Amino acid sequence: MEKKWGELTPDEKKQDLINKWVSPEGVEYNSPEAEKLYKERVTRLLDAVELKKEPDRVPIVPMLGFYPAHYCGYTPYDVMYDYDKLLETFEKCYMEMQVDAHGGAVVSPPGRMFDILDYKLYSWPGHGVAKEHSYQCNEGEYMMADEYDALIQDPTLFFLTTYYPRIFGKLGALGAFPPITNNQEMYGGFSAVNFLPFGVPDVQEAFKLLFEAGAEALKWIEPVGIFAAKMTAAGLPTFFGGGCKVPYDIIGDTMRGSRGIMVDMYRQPDKLLEAIETMTPIAVKMGASNARANNCPVVFIPLHKGADGFLSDEQFKKFYWPNFKKLLLGLIDEGCIPFPWAEGGYNSRLEVIRDIPKGKVIWGFDLTDMAKAKEILGDVCCITGNMPIDVLTLGTKQQVEDRTKKLIDTCGKGGGYIMMNGAVIENVSPTNIQAWIDTTKEYGVYK
Amino acid sequence: MAENLVNTLADLKEKETLKIVEDRLNAGEDPMAILNDARKALETVGNRFADGTYFIPDLVYSGEILKAITDMVKPKMGKEVEVKRLGKVVIGTVAGDIHDIGKDIVVFMLDVNGFEVTDLGVDVPAEKFVEVIKESGVPIVGLSGFLTLAYDSMKDTVEAINKAGLRDKVNIMIGGGQITEEVMKFTGADAYGKDAMTGVALAKKWVGA
Repeated sequence: MEKKWGELTPDEKKQDLINKWVSPEGVEYNSPEAEKLYKERVTRLLDAVELKKEPDRVPIVPMLGFYPAHYCGYTPYDVMYDYDKLLETFEKCYMEMQVDAHGGAVVSPPGRMFDILDYKLYSWPGHGVAKEHSYQCNEGEYMMADEYDALIQDPTLFFLTTYYPRIFGKLGALGAFPPITNNQEMYGGFSAVNFLPFGVPDVQEAFKLLFEAGAEALKWIEPVGIFAAKMTAAGLPTFFGGGCKVPYDIIGDTMRGSRGIMVDMYRQPDKLLEAIETMTPIAVKMGASNARANNCPVVFIPLHKGADGFLSDEQFKKFYWPNFKKLLLGLIDEGCIPFPWAEGGYNSRLEVIRDIPKGKVIWGFDLTDMAKAKEILGDVCCITGNMPIDVLTLGTKQQVEDRTKKLIDTCGKGGGYIMMNGAVIENVSPTNIQAWIDTTKEYGVYK
Repeated sequence: MAENLVNTLADLKEKETLKIVEDRLNAGEDPMAILNDARKALETVGNRFADGTYFIPDLVYSGEILKAITDMVKPKMGKEVEVKRLGKVVIGTVAGDIHDIGKDIVVFMLDVNGFEVTDLGVDVPAEKFVEVIKESGVPIVGLSGFLTLAYDSMKDTVEAINKAGLRDKVNIMIGGGQITEEVMKFTGADAYGKDAMTGVALAKKWVGA
């Protein structure tokens, strides 16, 4: 009898996810060549990741922002508000680039959904940001210094009744909700009183908006799903099974804010550490469940506030790394391949982050010294990234080719490297992008 | 006692620092003397950041403690005395970009190193820079940007300064996560800084300090 998911060992879970990634069920490939291409590409990526053997060549996976929109002459606003354009641009762009995997179309979220809820956390094209540019986070304190206990005691209730009203301007009425966990008996004090908020007009209004937002999200997910299916059928695998964040970043990025969390390290370190502990299993679950739903083991983890300079070595080892490591190990236990992505520089962290099981993690870098990264991490994990965005954006075709070769020389030796850009690709010249891709495919072949 | 405040604040001992401030105020000391000590302490914080002993959280925290000190001292202060400064700098995150952490660090470091800094905030239109340069005659301009869209905005800002006939009156430096020499050439700026310390060194060079 087949074992239940919970009964599988981490290795069995990983094998199951990998099998579903290599041989997705129910796919009708466009052609036998497409099927062959698909399997070659996933195998190439896995060979690079697992460090067991050299791939046939250095795989290339560009990390795209709204590049496909620009590529087709549209703005980020256009594809965030017109989902047909979203599908059209991403499909055309990826079909013409011919790389080893795609990053999905979810990078472009449904603009109208945020309009409906009056989202405060970000500004986006046509809403605080020019239509030609990507969305940007509005730094702020969305959780106050004295709210750690509330978060620690019941994170879901805290999000629902305190955090949501702050990040969604139209959901203020949710602040009135009693704990979800109060519903325990038929006795009115254990049951009916918990339903009172649902009868209040303000709350009902908030729910109506949630229904509208949900309907908008459904409209959006359809083309996003069609895009992924079309790519698979054409032989292009996904590289993003799921995503989650390091607990320190969850709190520092969009709850306490950069300044808030930095000051908390001095004023209330124990509370901060407790909250980090609280958020850890939540982050593991988020990454692992997405990976299973999407049948791809790779879980993307964008890293922000642990970069060089943003924490001292001691602070990194005390506040950032312990639960980051727990997150990595938790994801590995669930059969996933964690893919932390270090924005900025990570030179001072390389020795610390070496402490991971071999061949189970992909480490992505933006501005880190790649020779050092290869030297320190090369025998424990696949590394990726670092194709400089200034060269791709402002360089000549020749400069792009030279830099690509140099990067392959530095990182490609013996396998264990995936070609990727440093900072995300937005409005960049297609000539340079194609030169980068072609050079990798030609120069990156292992002989 | 004066040295005490300088040391406790430089060492980021918040409670001790605020206690000393309270005691000195109660003893009837001149609030300006207290603020001068605080300024000396932040200079030390800046030096420790420059030599790699301190990191961004230390800067942020020292700023928070200073805020608390200012709140205590302000009500007892008469007219603020002008401090002698090395020179003026106007700085801002360029149009389209709303990131401020990097810019704020540069502002902090310029300030503790003796510059009078006008911080225009984030998403600053090119015309705003031009207007401020015209009005104040500030000779140093700092353009900050985190996103790659800032490449174009920085170029536009330099061009706007040029068009207004002010280009030869100012030195322009740029900085931010994805800023390199290539970007500097593209934008037409005079220099770029890979970190806040380089920004301070550039500003000092330009005022001849």
